Amino acid sequence: MNALLAGLTRDELAVWDIAATVVDPEVPVLTIEDLGVLRAVRLDGQTVTVDITPTYSGCPAIDAMRDDIVSALSTAGYADVRVRQVLAPAWTTEWMSSEGRAKLEAFGIAPPLQDRGGGVVNVGLGIRCPHCGSLHTRQLSRFGSTSCKALYVCQRCQEPFDYFKAH
Amino acid sequence: MNHSNHVVSTAITPESIADSSLVAPDAVADYALGLGDDALVLAHRLGEWITNAPELEEDVALGNIGLDLLGHARSLLTYAGSAWDRSEDELAYFRDERDFRSHQLFEQPNGDFAATIARQLVASAYFVELYRALSASTDATLAAIAAKASKEVDYHLDHSVQWLQRLGLGTEYSHQRMQAGLDAMWPYVDELFREDPYAGAAGDGAVDPRTLRTAFDATVPRLIVEAGLEVPAVPPARGGGRSGVHAEAFGPMLAELQVLARAHPGASW
Repeated sequence: MNALLAGLTRDELAVWDIAATVVDPEVPVLTIEDLGVLRAVRLDGQTVTVDITPTYSGCPAIDAMRDDIVSALSTAGYADVRVRQVLAPAWTTEWMSSEGRAKLEAFGIAPPLQDRGGGVVNVGLGIRCPHCGSLHTRQLSRFGSTSCKALYVCQRCQEPFDYFKAH
Repeated sequence: MNHSNHVVSTAITPESIADSSLVAPDAVADYALGLGDDALVLAHRLGEWITNAPELEEDVALGNIGLDLLGHARSLLTYAGSAWDRSEDELAYFRDERDFRSHQLFEQPNGDFAATIARQLVASAYFVELYRALSASTDATLAAIAAKASKEVDYHLDHSVQWLQRLGLGTEYSHQRMQAGLDAMWPYVDELFREDPYAGAAGDGAVDPRTLRTAFDATVPRLIVEAGLEVPAVPPARGGGRSGVHAEAFGPMLAELQVLARAHPGASW
């Protein structure tokens, strides 16, 4: 169970469920809940407040997500919807759900490596090819088609693929 | 950069709902404006590389770095503007040259790729130290913006260092171009670490840039030497960017940045 849901009223849970249907426009298999971008909802009389956190400071997708949240909740009958961008604590890929990671891999994007516990030596581990599963892969570019991705190529099946950077 | 009325930007935590906490104190706003201008100007310069970089991956890389910096600029300008009831767009597009407080390093023309890498190396190393220190700001909003930016500029520095080594230790010709790039940018290093005319009034909300020099000197010269290059021995430029004094190249750059918004005020798409 998502720890962010603790303490929400039944009505707020209903708001959460609607907001949680909004997807990342650049990675449409992931909902903003999967991504860890959806942080909190609050119902105060007729006013709904939804807190989201940007993945990267300049990520343009945040504006689309904000509009989609307003649109989804308006359609569901909530008239006064406010979306707040929360900067702290800063988003991290550690907040991505395990469902989100599985969906990413099925979509052809290698999910972010998980934190190994903060050892002294920062070793780059092999990124698994989402197509053939090989660990024999190579980074083509540290920057990819969006802020959150890097470009890799598989040395075994020769397919290029996106890697969702650990952040 | 248009915001609908639904959005309250730069909220910090779900708990800090009080609207008063979203308005920057005047002294903090004055300080944040300089930082926002630094990020905006460098983001624009990096954007000029798109379709012009030596390879497609570098178009993407420099564009991505610029996008992160534009994100920092938006947060910082929005927050600064909250003190004066001015939007990020008003601050970015409707101030004149002398009103911009960016350091002169950031407006330096791109030059060749090596010169851009030299500028980015210095800039990223400066941002790494600045945002690390600013994460401990007593101003909660500045601390939050800095903590987020910290993670991003670390990655930017890594990109510059990889190119520094590749060019410095590559061929004789790439070495020579990389050294020339460092020589061209180095006069503008000193200004980054001089007293900021707006930091003092902001107290512990700001970072005194003079305190960042030691960490910069412990890192960047070593990286340059490791790449087989020499730390340039050149006199510092006069500086004065924080007080609105800019190099000749700044005006044309600003004109390009602002022309659309000024020709069509309020335009959106």
